[in-house]
Amino acid sequence: MSWFVGTATAAATATGPLSPWEYARATIAAVRDDAPGVRSYSLAIDESHRDRLAASQPGQFNMLYLPGIGEAAISIASPPGEHPVLHTVRAVGNVTNHLAGMRVGDDLLIRGPYGRHWPLEELAGADLIIAAGGVGLASVRAAVCQAAKHRDRFGGVAVLYGAKTPEDLFYQSDIAQWRAAGLTVELIVDRAAAGWEGPVGFVPQLLEQQPITAATAVITCGPEVMMRAVSTAAFARGLPPERFWLSMERNMACATGFCGLCQFGPEFVCKDGPVFRHDQIARYLEVPNL
Amino acid sequence: MPDSSAFWISQADLQRLFDCLRAAGFQTVAPQVRDGAVVYDRLDEAAGLPHGLVDEQDGGYYRLTHHPDAGPFEHVAGPHSLKNFLFPPRETIQQWRRQEGSWQQLADAESPQPLAVIGPRACDLAALAIQDRVFLEGDYVDPFYLARRKQLFVVAVNCRRAAATCFCHSMNCGPEVTAGYDLLLTPVGERFVVEIGSEAGATVVAELSDGQPTCAESDLAAAREVSRELASAMAARPTTPVRPAAEVSPQALSAASTPPHTDPPHRSLDTKNIRDLLLNNLEHDRWQDVAERCLACGNCTMVCPTCFCSSVTEVADLSGDNVVRERQWASCFTAEHGQMHGGNARPTTASRYRQWLTHKLAGWIDQFGTSGCTGCGRCITWCPVGIDLTEEVAAIREAST
Repeated sequence: MSWFVGTATAAATATGPLSPWEYARATIAAVRDDAPGVRSYSLAIDESHRDRLAASQPGQFNMLYLPGIGEAAISIASPPGEHPVLHTVRAVGNVTNHLAGMRVGDDLLIRGPYGRHWPLEELAGADLIIAAGGVGLASVRAAVCQAAKHRDRFGGVAVLYGAKTPEDLFYQSDIAQWRAAGLTVELIVDRAAAGWEGPVGFVPQLLEQQPITAATAVITCGPEVMMRAVSTAAFARGLPPERFWLSMERNMACATGFCGLCQFGPEFVCKDGPVFRHDQIARYLEVPNL
Repeated sequence: MPDSSAFWISQADLQRLFDCLRAAGFQTVAPQVRDGAVVYDRLDEAAGLPHGLVDEQDGGYYRLTHHPDAGPFEHVAGPHSLKNFLFPPRETIQQWRRQEGSWQQLADAESPQPLAVIGPRACDLAALAIQDRVFLEGDYVDPFYLARRKQLFVVAVNCRRAAATCFCHSMNCGPEVTAGYDLLLTPVGERFVVEIGSEAGATVVAELSDGQPTCAESDLAAAREVSRELASAMAARPTTPVRPAAEVSPQALSAASTPPHTDPPHRSLDTKNIRDLLLNNLEHDRWQDVAERCLACGNCTMVCPTCFCSSVTEVADLSGDNVVRERQWASCFTAEHGQMHGGNARPTTASRYRQWLTHKLAGWIDQFGTSGCTGCGRCITWCPVGIDLTEEVAAIREAST
C-alpha cells in the first residue's frame, strides 16, 4: 500500500519512524445495529496490515478514512489480537454519517493503532472500576474484555455504564458474557422507559455503591462532563488522582502529532493521550475553554 | 569547516552565486519586493534582490524605505519564511481513484524540486531547526516535509540591523548565524564574507570562490564583529514596556491615525520561567484584555515561521471517484480548529489567543524541548492591530509578581 515513490519513505523506514499517512484497506465484514444512531462495524483488514492493526491495545484508536468524505478518529472496541477489528460508531458527523450508510462488503481505508492505552498491566491486582457513558463504552470495551478473559489478574472488576435511555444501552450480549465471567456490571439511564427496572440517574450514582479502597483504580470514558462528575465522586471518597484514568476527545486530522488540532494544554490528545492519568492533566481539566 | 575556506565576494558577484546554485540543480529562491513587502519567491537574477531598501517595522506596521547606500540584504524578516517552502500553505498529500468500487491510491509522480534559498537569517534557521523537530524527530516523520527538507540548500545571511520588532536575542536565536547553513554571507562594508557550512556548500562554491580573495583571520574577525555589534545593541534594549490599558484599548488604537513608528519601542522578552509563568496563569485577566483587541484573523499564525497546525480537505470531482487530499495551514484562531461534535473546545477569542501564546512559549517546551518562538517579530508586525506578544507576556509577568 505504500505509495511514496520518492526517497522519503525509504529514509523514514530506514531510521525507524513511520509515515503517518499509510493506509490499510478494510472491508466491512459485518454491521450490527447497537442502539439508535450507533452501529458496530467488523472490519477485515488487508493481510499485509492485519497483524499491526489487530495488535492494538485497549483504549487506542484508529483513523477511518472515506475518500472524498473525510477521516475520523474512532476508538478500537476489539481486544488485542482479535480480527476482524471492531469499531462502534455513533453517527454524529460527516464521516460517521457516511459510514452509517455503508454495507457489508464495502471498502474503506484505515490507519492505526494510535495513542496511549489503558494501563492494564500496571493495574494487575487492582480492584477495577470501569465507568462509561454513552458511546464511551466502546473505548473501554477492549479493557473490559481483557479483564473478563484474565479475570484472575484483577481483584474486583465493576463496569458502571450509563446511557440516556434503556434503548441506548448497547453491547447487551457482551454484558451477559462479562457477568458470566464474574464481572459486576451496573447499568443506569438518565430517563427510564416502560419495562426499565434499574436505577435512573447518572454514572456517579453507581460509583457511590462501589467500595473504594487503596486497591481501587478507576478508568472512565464518556462525555467530559460525565468524566468530571465521576472523578469528583471518586476523589470525594478518597481515591487518589494517580489511580484515575480518563480518555479525552478532540478533533484530529493526523493522529500523529503534526496537525496540532487535538492540543489540550501542552498535551497532544492523539499521542500523549487519549488515555491520561488524571493528575497529569488535572490543572488543564479545571480551565474552561482550554 | 576550516576558516581558510572563507572568501570575499562583491555585490557584483552575487549573480555568479545564483548561477552556481542553478548549475548545481537548484531552483533559486531569494528575497524580492512584492506589494510593498520583501517576500521570498523564485528569483534568477541578483538584480531582483531588494537593493537600497530598508524595512521599518512596528506593531501592525511595515514600510519599505529607500536608502541608496543599503545593500541587497539590509531588510530583516518579512512575511515569508522557510516554512512557506518546506511546509507550504497548501499542498496535495494524496490522490485516490475509485475503480470498480474499490479505492486505489495513486502514486505521487511529482517529486519536489531542490531549492536553494538565499537570505534566511539566524531567526529563520532557528525556526527551521524547530520545524525539523516537529516534523522529523518524533515517532512519525512527515514525508512531505522530509522530501523537501532533504533537498534544501541554505545561503544564510547575517543581519547587521534589527527592526524594532526583532527580539531574537531574547530567544537565543540570533542575531548571529552559527549553524544550519550551507553557505553564510556576512555583509562587511560593501562586500560579503562567504563561509562554507557543509559539503554541499563547498561543492557549489568551488567555482565561485575560484580567484576570489580568501579571508584572513582579521577578515573573519570583522565578520564576527558585525553580529557582535548588533547583539550588544539589541541586548542594551530595555524590556518591552507594558502600556496602560487605555493606550491599547480598541478605541485608542482606532483613534490613532498612525502607529507610533517614528520611535517605536524595541522589543525584548524576559523568558525566565516562562513556561510556568504562562501555564500558572491560564485564567489571567489579560487573556480577556487581549481578546478585546484581537480580531482572531490568524495573521500571526500564518506569518509565524514555526506554527505547524494543519487540516486536510477532501477535494472530489463531480463523479466522486477522483479525490485529491489537500493539506493546508490551520490556525488556532479559527472556529474549525477547536471543533468537536459536542461543541467547540475553544469558543472565545480569549481562549484562542491563550492557546496560541501558551502553545508557542510554554506548551512547545513540553512537546519539543524548545520554545516555539525565535523572536523574529513577524507576529507583531503583521498583526493588524499591533498586538505584541512580548508586551502581553510582560503584562502577565508584571501582574504575577
